Amino acid sequence: MSVTTLWLSIVAIGVGTFVLRLSFIGLSGRLALPVAVTRALRFVPAAVLSAIILPAALRLPEGGLDVSIDNPRLIACVVAAGIAWATKSVLATLIVGMGTLWLLQALL
Amino acid sequence: MKSVFRDYIDGIHAMLPLLPGAVPFGMIAGAVAAEAGFGPAAGIGQSVIIYAGTAQLAATQLVAEAAPALVVVLTGLVVNLRFAMYSASLAPHFIGLSFRRRALLAYLMTDQSYALTILRHGADETVTAITKARFYLGGAIAMWVVWLGATATGFMLGSRIPPSWSLDFFVPLSFLALLVPGIRDRATAIAAITGAIVAVAASGLVFNLGLFAGAACGIAAGYIVEARRGKKDDIR
Repeated sequence: MSVTTLWLSIVAIGVGTFVLRLSFIGLSGRLALPVAVTRALRFVPAAVLSAIILPAALRLPEGGLDVSIDNPRLIACVVAAGIAWATKSVLATLIVGMGTLWLLQALL
Repeated sequence: MKSVFRDYIDGIHAMLPLLPGAVPFGMIAGAVAAEAGFGPAAGIGQSVIIYAGTAQLAATQLVAEAAPALVVVLTGLVVNLRFAMYSASLAPHFIGLSFRRRALLAYLMTDQSYALTILRHGADETVTAITKARFYLGGAIAMWVVWLGATATGFMLGSRIPPSWSLDFFVPLSFLALLVPGIRDRATAIAAITGAIVAVAASGLVFNLGLFAGAACGIAAGYIVEARRGKKDDIR
């Protein structure tokens, strides 16, 4: 990606995000979201985050996906998910997940 | 004057325990931007322009994967759709404030500033809009300063770390740290599992459409599961 395209992308996300944040506050309560939309929006973080996580965990440096169960990134993600579930701590999840990956990369 | 000051301090005080969680996240956003080849201006500037960690990390991840710009932008905006939901929820509390002030409140919106304000003042009808806004601003400005400092620090450290350290792996890890505690019921769990499986199954699609396919199927799955459970509850 060229420097110009990168900047345009950043500005486009920034402007769009500001519009999303301002939307209803800007209208000062003159408009409310339909109930069905609010219900659907509740699932956006879970659906989007997991759709980014799993392909990123399986992606090989040379391209393509490694779906084998001895993929170190996949193992580290499973361990990290367990830590996230047990501790709800961002820091603990990062430390254990990264530590597991480094350990597996050193061993395998 | 004293109570004005106290509203802001109150907001900062409520935000304090949430600030340490933003530090590693911000440092990672800065570090992976450095690794993805962002210059210092873009790497740190995105924290001012976008000011949303999940969107910044998702966009950086996609830029590193050489995804087309349109996919980068759409992904960044899709993960930020939740802000429209927060905006709808906060709007009744900020009625009567000037447009400039509401624009400032909107720019500084984060998961944390939204949650704190709704938890503190959401149910209290005796608190004025201006008091709520000052409480919100105190915490939100503290978060902004911490976020900017953390991403700048991360950027400077990240550009010195060799690629063999697999620093990019911090991105899925930090998303996991956000995702997992957010799964509170069966419907969100099914949304997450569906999203992940469809995204992998469709990962061969052009323009990273697998991501959107995964997100759309995940949202639909969660919605359907919740709607069905709602019906069962009605029958009971």
